[in-house]
Amino acid sequence: MYRYDSIDQQIIDERVAQYRDQIARHLAGDLSTDELRPLRLQNGLYIQRHGPMLRIAIPYGMLSATQLRKLAEISQRYDRGVGHFTTRQNMQLNWPQLEQTPAILGELASVEMHAVQTSGNCIRNITTDQFAGVAPDERTDPRPYCELLRQWSTFHPEFAFLPRKFKIAVNAAAADRAVIRAHDIGLELLRDERGEIGVRIFVGGGLGRTPILGKLIHESLPRRHLLSYLEAILRVYNRYGRRDNMYKARIKILVQALGIDEFRRQVEAEWSHLKDGPTTVPDEEFARIAAHFAPPAWATLPAVDEGLTARVAGDLAFANWVRRCVHPHRAPGYAAVTLSLKAPGAAPGDISDTQMLVVADLADRFSFGELRVTHEQNIVLADVRQSDLHEIWQIARRHRLATANIGLLTDIICCPGGDLCALANARSVPIADAVNEKFDDLDYLYDIGDISLNISGCMNSCGHHHVANIGILGVDKHDEEWYQITVGGQQGNAAAIGKVIGPSFHAHEVPLVIEALVTVYIEQRLPSERFIDTLQRVGIEPFKTRAYAGRDRRRGASQENREVVNV
Amino acid sequence: MSERIIRKQEIVDDPWQVLRLTTGESAETVPLPAGPVLLPLAVWLARRDEVLRRDEQPGVWLDSDEGPEMLADDCRRFAVIGINFPKFTDGRGYSSARLLRERYHYTGEIRAIGDVLQDQLFLMQRCGIDAYAVRADKDIEQALAGLRAFSENYQAAADQPLPLFRRRPAERAA
Repeated sequence: MYRYDSIDQQIIDERVAQYRDQIARHLAGDLSTDELRPLRLQNGLYIQRHGPMLRIAIPYGMLSATQLRKLAEISQRYDRGVGHFTTRQNMQLNWPQLEQTPAILGELASVEMHAVQTSGNCIRNITTDQFAGVAPDERTDPRPYCELLRQWSTFHPEFAFLPRKFKIAVNAAAADRAVIRAHDIGLELLRDERGEIGVRIFVGGGLGRTPILGKLIHESLPRRHLLSYLEAILRVYNRYGRRDNMYKARIKILVQALGIDEFRRQVEAEWSHLKDGPTTVPDEEFARIAAHFAPPAWATLPAVDEGLTARVAGDLAFANWVRRCVHPHRAPGYAAVTLSLKAPGAAPGDISDTQMLVVADLADRFSFGELRVTHEQNIVLADVRQSDLHEIWQIARRHRLATANIGLLTDIICCPGGDLCALANARSVPIADAVNEKFDDLDYLYDIGDISLNISGCMNSCGHHHVANIGILGVDKHDEEWYQITVGGQQGNAAAIGKVIGPSFHAHEVPLVIEALVTVYIEQRLPSERFIDTLQRVGIEPFKTRAYAGRDRRRGASQENREVVNV
Repeated sequence: MSERIIRKQEIVDDPWQVLRLTTGESAETVPLPAGPVLLPLAVWLARRDEVLRRDEQPGVWLDSDEGPEMLADDCRRFAVIGINFPKFTDGRGYSSARLLRERYHYTGEIRAIGDVLQDQLFLMQRCGIDAYAVRADKDIEQALAGLRAFSENYQAAADQPLPLFRRRPAERAA
């Protein structure tokens, strides 16, 4: 992974000093709450329901074991021993003290980490495929491009006060695992017939209040122009994006208002001045950064490990875990492993300090000391030997990191919701819990198969509910928590925004609605059809009808139950 | 009449006034004060010949929704061009400053006016702004430190024509 040189380190150290001074001036009364606000946000610090929340950057999801141990230590010393992984592959601490945040950033800097631009109206943490560098379907490793973008976007002087936040994702594999079209800019790396890397660029995607998929602005840009072209896009956005209404300030609204052709014309006009300028990236720079991501020293192994085959045949629980949590790897005899942070009863994406230490040890012992955070809020050990899988499983299982549910209904993407987040309209974690309780039979989950269920506590859509097969959105009606259900969204190459099925539901109805939707699928599916396939074939109506069928009776019954409980 | 501003990393007394149109005033008729003055873009556009006939060197200021395209080649006529930050969170002025420097090759003074605060000075400096009318209620001596927040930067900008990747010492073999 990328290692800082003395300049990278100096820049991050100076950032800590700058932030420490800002907090000191704030506490001394020289910097008002409003003046501090964007400054602290660009250092990851929110003021939340119960106090501050610190969002720590994990650039494109890459962590070393050393860094994860530092996160464990920070969560013990400055927080409550829990971290939460987000859909931008970052980590949030929910209980730090404002006065201690400079010290936390100092600790992070000691392991080449920071909280730079994890919030605020600036370019946010770049995200990518969790299987970067090991995926068999990869065209090139996207991480050098992500790191190039990280450096370019870090304290970019022109783009620190954009109309709104700005998110970039990069995919370089045949299958898009980075939801690139749900981003302000989505980049797809392609290889042409001569082996040259070009970049397909989507712009104006985003979730939030107005979910839109990104539109194609450039079919194949030679990689040397990447930064100057992005600079042209950002400049047009910075100058002409709306600033009068924060709900209409994302670039997607500008692209929509101008139309993609006019937007492209403006970008190209701007770019004509920047093209071939000093920001053109030479091959040597790509090579310099790529050297940091050279494959680790994989051993020469047989393609299939005989011992693994035997274990899988003899142990159903292990076989299920291998089926759901172990992924193909480009090197023979190796595999990538997802450690599920979606155990029943756990808040999705949460990891305890003890678990962090366990994962760090697993990474050191079995995966060259590195790991990745996924945008689905799990952890990946990317380079493990197939022959080590059984031992990894046993250790992970002891620490509730081996729930065999990756890609299943309970592998829920979920924001922290109203329990912690000041923006939320409704709680999201209890909904995830309730779904887990309803679907506690693993065999039934396997029978349902591949499906995505995402939950956001408000329209900001941190839980990516729009791109889930089943999306749940918390809404506030008369100070009560209600939930709107969408179906038909998906990630990947066929990315789609889900459609609302109708009026929203009370919290206690939600698991029943999920069950109803799943039942329609089970009844109507053809062999080998996934939930989304059946939905697309038969249409939304049967699902909708079942979701609302008998609703009054159901509500009545549940309300009685609730009253009994309340007494 | 003079005011203390930061110019090229130093606090100096400065004679320029900023003319702002108040409600009821129009660009066509507003009286032009004596002495050096930064005029609203609208005044410059409406009364270009009159302004050029004055003895004073002309100055102009751009609001955040006014681009340097409106000045274009005229920009070299100005000793000072102001860029207004109506709120410090309005980042359009950073693009305006870079365009003035990098596209229109303006070499005179670019002065940040309006909601100008210590913690944005470094970014402004990088974009080619070289004078800062720090908000009157702030300690201008303290604000000076904002210009020294970082000693190195990744990107090319108005203050540094080459991005770090063209300047990095040969990979840390040492």
